[in-house]
Amino acid sequence: MPEPIVDIQNVTFKYAGSSAPAIVDVSLQIKRGEVVLVTGASGSGKSTFCRLLNGLIPHFYEGEFSGCVFINGVDTRTIPVYVLSKDVGLVFQNPDNQLVSLSVEREIAFGLENLGLPREEIIKRTEFILKYFGLDRLRDVPPYKLSGGEKQRTALAAVVAMRPLLLVLDEPTAELDPMSALQLALMLSQLREMETTIVIVEHRLDVFTPLATRILVFSEGQLVRDGPPEEVLFDSNLSSLGVSTPRVVQLQLKLEELGIKLPIKALTVSSLVDQLSSAVSSLDLR
Amino acid sequence: MISVERVCFWYSRGATVLDDVSLTISDGDVVLLMGENGSGKTTLAKLLNGLLKPKSGRVVVDGLDTREHSVAELCRIVGYVPQNPEHQFFAENAAEEVAFGLRNLGLGDKEALDEALSVLRKFGLERYASTPPWQLSGGEMKRLSIASVYAMQPKYLILDEPTIGQDAKQKKALIDLIFGMKAEGKAVLVITHDVEWASELGADKVVLLSKGKVIAEGVPEDIFFNYTLLKSCNLVPPVSVDLYAHLSKRGFSVPRSLDYGVLAESIALKLGGSSVVSGSI
Repeated sequence: MPEPIVDIQNVTFKYAGSSAPAIVDVSLQIKRGEVVLVTGASGSGKSTFCRLLNGLIPHFYEGEFSGCVFINGVDTRTIPVYVLSKDVGLVFQNPDNQLVSLSVEREIAFGLENLGLPREEIIKRTEFILKYFGLDRLRDVPPYKLSGGEKQRTALAAVVAMRPLLLVLDEPTAELDPMSALQLALMLSQLREMETTIVIVEHRLDVFTPLATRILVFSEGQLVRDGPPEEVLFDSNLSSLGVSTPRVVQLQLKLEELGIKLPIKALTVSSLVDQLSSAVSSLDLR
Repeated sequence: MISVERVCFWYSRGATVLDDVSLTISDGDVVLLMGENGSGKTTLAKLLNGLLKPKSGRVVVDGLDTREHSVAELCRIVGYVPQNPEHQFFAENAAEEVAFGLRNLGLGDKEALDEALSVLRKFGLERYASTPPWQLSGGEMKRLSIASVYAMQPKYLILDEPTIGQDAKQKKALIDLIFGMKAEGKAVLVITHDVEWASELGADKVVLLSKGKVIAEGVPEDIFFNYTLLKSCNLVPPVSVDLYAHLSKRGFSVPRSLDYGVLAESIALKLGGSSVVSGSI
């Protein structure tokens, strides 16, 4: 049995100066290749959860920490953030917080230089990533001149270039237009094929549900739901936890209220359309 | 009324960001401004309260040409909530953040603070009154930035990506807030990429911006059901429109509606609203 990439054991964390803990007694494991979608109301502890994964908590944020977080078998308390960051790539909610270089190309090479890779390898990976993320024509542009979506793409590209064991994205579509958000989902599904373990924090579940293998729901710092999308999203109490369920699911829940239950829980429009049209054609045959 | 008349804009020595843009925001209007990343939406927003001045053409706010009036004057009429809330915070706690603008409007210390607390309550942020803004979560920061501008009761409110980080309940509350302002005869311009939320907002009109030009303007039903238009702005249709299109293609007719309730009822009616649809079909 391979070791889980993430092993969180009874973690509670309260920020200094805050009256209530942001994360309360959370325990879970994430295995290699899982794509985990994390959701919940604003202020429910989702970003704190991300900070646990790359050691920003307890190393950077002051507060009361209890429990243990193991990343690839190593206790995050025992290694500094810069060592952990080789294994855990974090893409922030606001890309301005992580772009530091004077050109897109330099931005991507920056992390690779810090990994101490040979020059040829840095050039090879940078070229590959620029093409893979469609950033080739922007290579000489300073990040501050990019649009919100391009910045987010650059931030993601720079992190993916480092080939982390675990990729953590905190509201990655916040600044993206819908088509760019879908393209991001496509890029992530390709990374999933390469067995990258991915954690995505999002309110807008419509885009990422089709590629998630598991959904976590936080409420007031507690992990209140944990399971496959079909199981978690079709819980009609979910909206009371501040979760915007995908519209496809909402529609099926409404249909159920109206007495129509479909045989398969559809997570995509095409699956829903398939079922509805076969249902109606079977009616026509009668 | 805000009137944008044949405006062109470019940043120093840069390419043209807005190219001959004209737009009217009437009192009581809820207007959606949508378009791809980099289409010029935020630049247009900054022209409306005088933060930027047009290179050619003009922007007139209630009869005031923005080139002839200061931002300080204009921002009392046009409130702008930027996309990244942390760009505007400077006070030591959330209550002070909201009270600052109110004091500038001439309210006394206590009056400003009382009003700030009541606005924080409206935005579900009362428990953070004495918390530093940068200790809030991303979504809460966003709400605080809206609250601090809303508190000044501008006649026109511009919201740049207001749903970022907001959960279902907060998104619904945002719609109520926008329509509360509309009921008072105020106008709200919303810039968003959140197509689902936008399609349920019930805006008076949608303006599509692409590469610095207004490429379409119309009622939500006309814009959201136009695949070609949406695609040209890097937008994807809401699920309701996708369902309508795919079901129609299969001869399953449902009403052309952005309302999921209407869709569900019509589907249920068609399927007899009876029992479980059997797994064998």
